[in-house]
Amino acid sequence: MAKPGLDGHDRGAKVIARALRDAGMEVIYTGLRQTPEMIVNAALQEDVQVIGLSILSGAHNAIVPRVLELLRQKEMTDVMLIVGGIVPDEDAAALKSQGVAAVFQPGASLEAIVTFIKGAVPVG
Amino acid sequence: MKSADRQFTTISGVPIEPVYGPGDVPNPAPGEFPYTRGIHRDMYRGKLWTMRQFSGFATPEETNLRYHYLLAQGQTGLSVAFDLPTLMGYDAGHPLSEGEVGKCGAPISSLEDMEILFRGIPLGDVSVSMTINSPASVLWAMYLAVAQQQGVPWARLSGTLQNDILKEYIAQKEYIYPPRASMRLVTDTIEFGALHTPKFNPVSVSGYHIREAGSTAVQELAFTLRDGIEYVDWALERGLDIDDFAPRLSFFFNAHNDFFEEIAKYRAARKIWALVMRERYGAASERSLKLRFHAQTAGCSLTWQQPYNNVVRTALQAMAAVLGGAQSLHTNSLDEAYALPGEHAVTIALRTQQVLAFESGVAAAPDPFGGSYFLEKLTLDTEAAANRYIRQIDDMGGMIAAIEAGFPQTEIASASYRYQREIESGQRTIVGVNRFQSDVSQSDAAPIDLLRIGETSARRQTAKLAALRARRDNSNVQKTLDALRRAAEGTENTMPPLLDAVRAYATLGEICDALRAVFGTYQETPHI
Repeated sequence: MAKPGLDGHDRGAKVIARALRDAGMEVIYTGLRQTPEMIVNAALQEDVQVIGLSILSGAHNAIVPRVLELLRQKEMTDVMLIVGGIVPDEDAAALKSQGVAAVFQPGASLEAIVTFIKGAVPVG
Repeated sequence: MKSADRQFTTISGVPIEPVYGPGDVPNPAPGEFPYTRGIHRDMYRGKLWTMRQFSGFATPEETNLRYHYLLAQGQTGLSVAFDLPTLMGYDAGHPLSEGEVGKCGAPISSLEDMEILFRGIPLGDVSVSMTINSPASVLWAMYLAVAQQQGVPWARLSGTLQNDILKEYIAQKEYIYPPRASMRLVTDTIEFGALHTPKFNPVSVSGYHIREAGSTAVQELAFTLRDGIEYVDWALERGLDIDDFAPRLSFFFNAHNDFFEEIAKYRAARKIWALVMRERYGAASERSLKLRFHAQTAGCSLTWQQPYNNVVRTALQAMAAVLGGAQSLHTNSLDEAYALPGEHAVTIALRTQQVLAFESGVAAAPDPFGGSYFLEKLTLDTEAAANRYIRQIDDMGGMIAAIEAGFPQTEIASASYRYQREIESGQRTIVGVNRFQSDVSQSDAAPIDLLRIGETSARRQTAKLAALRARRDNSNVQKTLDALRRAAEGTENTMPPLLDAVRAYATLGEICDALRAVFGTYQETPHI
């Protein structure tokens, strides 16, 4: 779970991190103000299966494509990228077409997020 | 024995009345210590609350147009929203500003931007609130410089600088420097304000963001007032007299969904603060004892689903703030779960306040719920619960020690997780989200015209800044930055050298870099 950009509103990221942990997953929360490089490096070092980005500031169109590009550069395309936050419908569709597995908009339930990850990622 | 013949007394012989009501509880009138029922005897009969919509986006030019629009619509004060780079002390062209310029507020990188922001707005007549924290003293210096250009004496300026760094470490996390260095900068502004700006609030101690981060109402109240105590302690340590600065400390609370709990919170806030001021600090001036606050309806309560319901939520929340005796109010716009508010949405939000003020009759009597058994009891319970937290933080050695221990942060994170779990389980209803959902997508049924901010703002701001750097006297800029650095290394007040630096058109980023070099930066240990 990562919080990129300058925004410090971490309520959502922390709630999701707790919910995933309570659902039996191992969760690493990077903390605030992570650059795409820092996030991808952390994912590589921790050997994660999923990266979750929480973005509320409207900077998703600048940040998400950069993370996807770095994942490709480092041949980490097996790592699934999901995004949560204030992302308008048309931006969500565009991000998905670029390779984001899912975009969870405001009001998405914790259960839906947990179920999605469990369904998409092999246990192990 | 017939009941009419029975004597109802205590063992000591004190008569027991057949029923007790609020008349039996000593509860001073509005305008009387400890001000539970309000800080003025006549409340809104004397003066309505200030209608102040928080606003800023894209560029200083576009934001200035919005301000002129809002004032023309009957708004009575301005409230500046700054974008994330400005909040974090970076110029528009900085690599970390990419994608963020103008998105969440107005980008202000130099005095030139501040001049544009207030073009045609007489700062001697309009009160201005600025939501800025870590770089607050820099932006305030720019504001003071613009006032001087307009020929307005500082003594005439009224307004508020948020400048509440403690709640940044606790909740909103827009910090730059470590806590003690930040507190020194805040204390510099309090001291400078006590000398030069008698009508300006240098700090707005804010619970709003604590609540938005997921706290309960009691946590919001307790952590905010304990933050206030911390600022007072630092100012006293600086050698100021309590009655010279306490009257200019203002507060900022959330107005959330739980109608009666919110009103109880505002009433308890006034009472606790009055008692703290008198008993803990021996304040003598009545003005030091009176807690004045701005309220904003709860952004976190707005839903993406069925967004027009947000108008109703906001109206109820705003009414709680008014019934709780707020001095100024921001009402959120219905589209804020999507984006910054569009002009249509912000107009409905402002009209909501005007309906409350001029149609509903709620402003006619001060503290109209005073004496309600439920509300009075809730006020006492809220006060007691908040005081328990305040004592706990006192015992930890104050708010900075509590922050360093992660105490308020983890309390809030746990509360927000509990709240979300209650929504998930259906124990707590959010209309349109976990009950009464609609099959028709609301955006299809009643489309909202969303405000979209593209990357042209960033390009314009960056180009303007490059032109400024080429035009200004760069050796003078360097000289003022050196002087600022020396002041920061010592103990003198940083406001005078900050004023010199902004007048020389040093940029926000350059100034904050100079201070970063002295103070270092802060990284929190994340608490999940």
